Amino acid sequence: MTQQPTEIMLQAKQIEKYFYDPEKFQVLKDISFTVNREELVSLVGKSGSGKSTLLYILSTMDTDYHGELEIHGQNVSGLKQNELAALRNEKIGFVFQFHYLLPEFTCLKNVMIPALRLGKYSRPEIEERAYERLKVLGLSDQALKLSSKLSGGQQQRVAIARALINDPLIIMGDEPTGNLDSKNTNIVFDSFQQLAHEFNQTIIAVTHDVDFANRSDRVIEMSDGMII
Amino acid sequence: MAKKFNHPIDAEISVTYIISNKKLTAVAALGVTMGVAIFIFMNCMTAGFTVKSNTMIFKNTPHIRVYSDDKISTALIHPRDSRNIALIVNPKVVPENNRIIDPSKVMDLLKRQADVVLVTSQVATDVFYHNGKSQLPGNTAGVRIDDADKMFDIRSTVVEGNMEDLKTTTNGILLGTGIAAKMNVRTGDNMTITSSKGITKVMKIVGLFKTNNSVTDKTKSYVNLAMGQQLMAEGPSYVSDINVNVKDFDKAQDYSQRFSALTGYKAEDWKSANQSLVAPAKMRGVLVSAISLSILLIAGFGIYNILNMTISQKLTEIAILKAMGFQGGDVIRIFVLQGALIGLMGIIFGLLMALLLIYLATKIYLGGDIGYFPIRFEADVFLNGVLFGLVNTLLAAYLPARKAANVDPVSIFRN
Repeated sequence: MTQQPTEIMLQAKQIEKYFYDPEKFQVLKDISFTVNREELVSLVGKSGSGKSTLLYILSTMDTDYHGELEIHGQNVSGLKQNELAALRNEKIGFVFQFHYLLPEFTCLKNVMIPALRLGKYSRPEIEERAYERLKVLGLSDQALKLSSKLSGGQQQRVAIARALINDPLIIMGDEPTGNLDSKNTNIVFDSFQQLAHEFNQTIIAVTHDVDFANRSDRVIEMSDGMII
Repeated sequence: MAKKFNHPIDAEISVTYIISNKKLTAVAALGVTMGVAIFIFMNCMTAGFTVKSNTMIFKNTPHIRVYSDDKISTALIHPRDSRNIALIVNPKVVPENNRIIDPSKVMDLLKRQADVVLVTSQVATDVFYHNGKSQLPGNTAGVRIDDADKMFDIRSTVVEGNMEDLKTTTNGILLGTGIAAKMNVRTGDNMTITSSKGITKVMKIVGLFKTNNSVTDKTKSYVNLAMGQQLMAEGPSYVSDINVNVKDFDKAQDYSQRFSALTGYKAEDWKSANQSLVAPAKMRGVLVSAISLSILLIAGFGIYNILNMTISQKLTEIAILKAMGFQGGDVIRIFVLQGALIGLMGIIFGLLMALLLIYLATKIYLGGDIGYFPIRFEADVFLNGVLFGLVNTLLAAYLPARKAANVDPVSIFRN
């Protein structure tokens, strides 16, 4: 992993999106930007500015848009659903506002699931890697607990560990601290910064949190579907 | 990137869902258990009834009976066209006897046919049984008792005396128990019978049989073939029926048509001879199949419902799995497998329950013509139960699973 820091990880070209319900409405207007390797980018803006919509497009989950999206040089616009799923599995990690762990599984299993799906490593290797990541996030002693038994902040850190398990190119966060108190926000934010700077992770996060935005490498502010 | 390892993660998720929702799983599985058990039980019962009813029929009826049918007299001169007048006749049964001409040749011919197992001849005649002043109508069959035994299994029904004695007693008679009771006679006694030709014979009772079919027991008797011929005032070549058993009695209908054409006599299969018994049996079969399949179907709805509920509860989890790169096919696999496992559990318990129910049913004594409850362990029915159960649960699981596969994660996360 000795690529140049200026390497482009994600590129959006003239992305536009409309909502048709209840009436035709343009949510995103001519969005173009790039995200470089090892950058921690915050997407900020008021409610309804289109930042979450943009994130879902960048994450390849929303395919109903105009324009082009490249992830690590690969044009992903027009790929089939299953190809996109495989791409997400391998290259993108997610952290959501409501941590969204699978409550019936242990923390360790939650972290392992994307790797088991990917099938790049054997089961013992995956287990070891999952442990490592939980350890980095200070959760190794919670590994065998059911994920629903953890506190919100702990669950969010498990979710971060899960996002990391397949060594993704990009981690995307949808208000990763939105549902946490300030203490946990700090812990989660520290984790993100640690990832960005110690582990050279590229991160794009939608956030309301001014602190979070201020401490990131770059802030993309949106208003009325445009970058300002 | 090439996939190096194939971890069964979909299956692991299914199993976890099953284990962490024990109550729901148990309810759904119980539905399948009941469905499969009742399906198997009812169909085994039908099979048992059919076998019982067939055994009863074959105690008295051959698979195929070849005989000379009554002929109706026809006009001696047929009109050539509409201007001519037919010679008027009075259509009625031709008063010639129903003999089969050269029966041994016909029998040889039938014996040579493929799939024919047994061919016997008999003289059937209506008789009156007398004892003192009491008189009872019935019918007797003049037979070679060994052949008749092979066909109708007479030996197993003999309750008094000895069937073999018929061979050594020229005027011996093997009597149904119903007749014996009414005439107040028993083995060793003499009795008189009068045939429809007005011939009266004094017979010596060599044994009594009880078929548990009350009509047969109250009317039927067996005598030697020669005695039957004498009762009909006929010579030793006279035979009224040739009875044929074939390998597969269900196909008797096909053979009967062929034998008819082959011999020139009427060949009647057991189904047409016993239509009043066969038609209700058929109806019963349709009814039982319909009911048992519906019950199985309802069990399928149980699985469908519960998976639908599970999926509605787990929409966000499905969305998160899809966000993490699980494809539509993975999601379908997860839930179909869950349904299949529930179904399989249900089926296994259903099989056990069916075994128990059938075992208990065989212990119920009904008495009368039937005896013990006529239910049988039918491997075919068990196999069908498993098969229908599986297909049913897979289908019931697939429909909601397909819905889950189409979940759009973005619309879930937005709300």
